[in-house]
Amino acid sequence: MKKDLVSIKDLAEEEIRLILSTAFSFKDVLKRDIKKVPALRGKTMVNLFFEPSTRTRTSFELAQKRLSADVLNFSVPASSVVKGESLLDTIRTIQSYGADYIVLRHPCSGTPHFLSKIVSASVINAGDGINEHPTQALLDAFTIQEKKGTLEGLEVAIVGDIMHSRVARSNSLCLSALGAKVRFVGPPTLMPVHIPKGVKVFYNLQEGITGVDVIMSLRVQKERMDSAFFPSEREYFKLYGITFERLSRADSGAIVMHPGPMNRGIEISSEVADSDRAVILDQVTNGIAVRMAVLYLVGRDNA
Amino acid sequence: MTKELLNKKDIERIISRIAHEIVERNKGAEGLCLVGIQRGGVHLAKRLSAKIWEIEAIKLPFGSLDISLYRDDINMNKPQPVLRKTDIPFDISGRRLILIDDVLFTGRSIRSAMDALMDMGRPSHIQLAVLVDRGHRELPIRADYVGKNIPTAKAENIEVCLEEEGLEDRVLIQTP
Repeated sequence: MKKDLVSIKDLAEEEIRLILSTAFSFKDVLKRDIKKVPALRGKTMVNLFFEPSTRTRTSFELAQKRLSADVLNFSVPASSVVKGESLLDTIRTIQSYGADYIVLRHPCSGTPHFLSKIVSASVINAGDGINEHPTQALLDAFTIQEKKGTLEGLEVAIVGDIMHSRVARSNSLCLSALGAKVRFVGPPTLMPVHIPKGVKVFYNLQEGITGVDVIMSLRVQKERMDSAFFPSEREYFKLYGITFERLSRADSGAIVMHPGPMNRGIEISSEVADSDRAVILDQVTNGIAVRMAVLYLVGRDNA
Repeated sequence: MTKELLNKKDIERIISRIAHEIVERNKGAEGLCLVGIQRGGVHLAKRLSAKIWEIEAIKLPFGSLDISLYRDDINMNKPQPVLRKTDIPFDISGRRLILIDDVLFTGRSIRSAMDALMDMGRPSHIQLAVLVDRGHRELPIRADYVGKNIPTAKAENIEVCLEEEGLEDRVLIQTP
């Protein structure tokens, strides 16, 4: 794999498959009594989060610790960024610590790409603005493969606030590369201008999820909405919320995913979220194994 | 230049002898378990298990071990090895564990394997069985059961071909 993982586009199809198969081995490690291997002992990893995050940051941190790396966490409210330090100066400081890996989340799209060009450390994108979130897409692909056996030929509906979703963007690239057929389902106001090649668009939820094998519900990202994209949360739920009644339109074995954090009663009903159709907590567990695989493989020549 | 060191018949005899040695030295097969190092060691461990069944009529617990995550050359820019399955479906604590590999060379793989095993439990003993010992140890490690000692030059390459990999059973030495 290349030095950095900034976008799913950095990965060839074989590399995506290598990450997934490696993650299956790491998942076995996580089931042991001693859930730790010395694979990246002595490596320094810095988690640099310019946006609030609970699960992605803790998931990366746990993955790093399971690989025996030394971990440093920077989060913006507690760092000198609030004192006015520029991104470049923060990065240079981190570089001086001898960091081997930098995991970056930033509200501006393209920041990880910029950073990857100026540091020698491996840069892993943990979400940049509305652009990409590659490790989320990989863990979603892993979870689908685990539950369904394969991604080849599966129909996957990504539902909700597509426009503001880096998860939707990375997932459409990753799932298509692995042979799944992706649909975007959501209100026209939340549909991106550019639709990736091969992705079908539906504005009607019932139509959009008919016969699908996977429903991926997305969070309505209110913090990124600078104007009114839909009249009310109640109306949004009425038209686009995932409920049991609607789920019956999908394949009888369809699974429901959500990248978290969920807004219950807006994009998904509590009943569905807590049912055995939902694999939301499996996604969290798998995230650790997949991030271990990414950290283990990034920057190394393929065998 | 390639030369054949062991043929199918030789390997068969070695497996049979080592199986007998293991049983003799441990006074039976009670409480033993076999763990093969991916990949050659796993195939050899399966053959040993079958042989011990013939001799003692005991089915030994059997596991496979991948050592990639415990290697000490991760910083030496070697190509990334593919992670294979580690599957030890029993508790190794308190057992006599026979570790099996195809070729014993620097001893570093065995060091990695022992570290990996220690993370999974505390075997009462670990004994090492190898098909070929080619010398050039870099660590204080020796095998308890050796198929064949083969003096080699460091630049030479030993290739173990096994039927399980779709090849004819034999051991080759390649001299550059």
